[in-house]
Amino acid sequence: MADRVAWLAGLVLLALVMVPVVLMVTALWQQSADVLSAGFLLEDPGRAGRSGGIAALLISTAWILGLCLMVAVPLGLGCALYLSESLPADSRRAQWLGGVLDMLAAVPSIVYGLFGYQFFAITLGLGFSILSGALALSLMVLPLMIRSAEQAMRAVPMGYRQARDALALSRWGWVRRILLPCAAPGIAVGIILSAGRALAETAVLLFTAGYVLRRPDSLFDSGRTLSVHIYDLAMNVPGGMPRAAATAVVLVGLLVILNLLVRRVLRQPMTEALV
Amino acid sequence: MITTSSLPLSDRLLALVLRLCGGLAALVLGGIVTVLLVRALPFLVSEGAGIWKSTWQPGQGEYGMAPMIAGSLFVSVLALLLAAPVAILLAAWLRYFAPRLRRPVLAGVELMAGIPSVVYGLWGMLVLVPWINQWVPPGASWLAGSLVLALMIVPLALLVTDAALGQLPLRYQRAGEALALSRVGMLRRVLLPRAAPAIVGGVVLQFGRALGETMAVLMVCGNVVQWPDSVFAPVRTLTANIALEMAYATGDHRVALFASGLLLIAVTGVLLMASWRLRGMSHG
Amino acid sequence: MLSRLQCSLGLMVAVFLAGCGESGSAITVSGSSTIAPLMAELAERYETETGIQVDVQSGGSGRAIADVRQGLADLGMVSRALKEDEQDLEGYLIGRDGIAIIVNSANPVRALSDDQIRAIYTGKTQRWESGPGEGRDITVVHKAQGRSTQELFLAYFQLENSQVQPDQVIGENQQGIKAVAGDPFAIGYVSIGTAIYEAENGTPIRLLPLEGAPASLAVLAQGNYPLARELNLVTHGAVSQPVADFLAFVTRTDMADVYHDYYFLPAVE
Repeated sequence: MADRVAWLAGLVLLALVMVPVVLMVTALWQQSADVLSAGFLLEDPGRAGRSGGIAALLISTAWILGLCLMVAVPLGLGCALYLSESLPADSRRAQWLGGVLDMLAAVPSIVYGLFGYQFFAITLGLGFSILSGALALSLMVLPLMIRSAEQAMRAVPMGYRQARDALALSRWGWVRRILLPCAAPGIAVGIILSAGRALAETAVLLFTAGYVLRRPDSLFDSGRTLSVHIYDLAMNVPGGMPRAAATAVVLVGLLVILNLLVRRVLRQPMTEALV
Repeated sequence: MITTSSLPLSDRLLALVLRLCGGLAALVLGGIVTVLLVRALPFLVSEGAGIWKSTWQPGQGEYGMAPMIAGSLFVSVLALLLAAPVAILLAAWLRYFAPRLRRPVLAGVELMAGIPSVVYGLWGMLVLVPWINQWVPPGASWLAGSLVLALMIVPLALLVTDAALGQLPLRYQRAGEALALSRVGMLRRVLLPRAAPAIVGGVVLQFGRALGETMAVLMVCGNVVQWPDSVFAPVRTLTANIALEMAYATGDHRVALFASGLLLIAVTGVLLMASWRLRGMSHG
Repeated sequence: MLSRLQCSLGLMVAVFLAGCGESGSAITVSGSSTIAPLMAELAERYETETGIQVDVQSGGSGRAIADVRQGLADLGMVSRALKEDEQDLEGYLIGRDGIAIIVNSANPVRALSDDQIRAIYTGKTQRWESGPGEGRDITVVHKAQGRSTQELFLAYFQLENSQVQPDQVIGENQQGIKAVAGDPFAIGYVSIGTAIYEAENGTPIRLLPLEGAPASLAVLAQGNYPLARELNLVTHGAVSQPVADFLAFVTRTDMADVYHDYYFLPAVE
């Protein structure tokens, strides 16, 4: 009897969580139906975003995302290697560094925005630019990148390490030939998760990358990402809603693709990778 | 460990580079705090006491942030109270009552976790707020913020709980079956208590996410700086305040927003330490 | 794996250097979020015509003034007249707008006197007094600090910001419109241009007349709308040739249709 009640209760809970999201996605889909087409992806926006497509924004987004990963991935890998290879897991320094990483991961994104604005845009004089935005974003995703890479590296079997020591393999050789290839799927997942986090972010970029709708010519140009575009169209441009919804559909679509990539890399749902 | 001097050059270089990278993480945190502090210090010295007051009227030089600190905490706490039971029960249900649904539901939940906060905020503003408004005006409120945040944190809380339950040894379940415990009884008496430390740790992390969320909250909370007298009253959070006013602020007003950024870091730090204590205790 | 890493590092340096090659010769415009969409469209046209880039960053009028003074922007968008202490700046009138009081179109209210609006915003009147909304709490929608829309509203109704008892504080115009469109008992105020655009495109809001003057572009054009405002571009110090050219461009008569498109009145018809 209790089990049957539990069955029903579970279904109700499930509906409680799933129904709003399904409604949300269908509402977005309906609002964007008139706008969404291949042309929407290929055309540049016109009339402050009220007409045309999002090609220029896809380019800005790709620049910002690419640059962000170019900074975050090498640094993240280095830091993860330091944590997993140079420090014993229970050493004081490892715990201290772990604490710093937890703190960085917990700091609200808007604080990265404030910092990025003050340090990159003003102090370093980069202004509202793709470079400022990408650097601020890279700091934001750094803890996530480090943590997932570190986990992947720590998961490399102990036997390999013993074999390394027995063969007196150099550290460099070990890292290059064995550790990184073995940990590659986990690292790839870390990169994809970081990319997803960066793609979804709005607050940081409002203060660092700015609002400009044009295709960027250089890293010092201001450029808008998809999520900033959604925000601006929905909140500030008269008649911007249909295209805001369509942009949201594209963005969610991109994130779904990233999710599928994770599954492919892992050959399993990412649940196991997250924990 | 092998002593450093006997290592080849490439290894010594590697060790140095790794050490630098490791130091970098600390440098980033230090850098953020330093930059905000440098910007906000003169203000904190002259007006520091004022930020604990209740009136936020930057036009008149009043920079009281207390209601916004409270707003941030209130909205996140309620979101967690709404999301955590749902996530935990649902995770347990999927694992022990509906194992067939588990994979597809988790897949859907992963997608939910990836939806950007702007999209949740937009939906909250266009659907949820008018809906609450029909029952209890004004609609844009503490409750609206907490509901949207709850929807945003359920997915990860669910995934974390599922993983925590997955790590329980199978023998607990076997022993329960041998004792002919009902599945509900087994969950309540054995499985959930055993997984509690890991679940609590994961859920507390979600609290941090709720506290740091900006755009969605900005769109649905009503943004009135006040001590809310009910869950239907509008509130403004610290994060929403920065997003709302940063692009419009000059002079002291702007510096006050940097100070509120520092305050956010401080609140996050306190919560994080609390969660370490909590986890340390439950392990101990 | 690592060689790939080296490649990406090399690529990063290359991209960086390529980026350094070009320096920004663009004109930077920052300020009022009311003007920003209009300016973005004008900038777009200017670029197609001349190839000179114009970057438009959204913020508030106060921010525009600060940015122009510090040299962070070449031009500031200010959606009000310049104040006494801003005489170091040069203002160029590009258009006119007003601030409209809006309610949900389900609300039967057709007009409110200035005193009634003042009473609503200060919390003296808490409920609608007639119609289907009778006895329901009024949702007072107010703008956040630093927006000139808010400053002008307060100045017109002779209110201090601390006297206002809002139920919702909004940032941008569209958020205000969505708040009122989603709440039959709400009252708010936004740029007339934005409000007319939305009302004509089916958003359920109604513009209320102010002291008997309907909130329409015709009345605004006659100079009879009481809560009218200037839309200005401002500069600080010497004006460079490219900036002067752009200023001339945005006030050209054949640009009037762009202003009309946003329901603003161009300074030059």
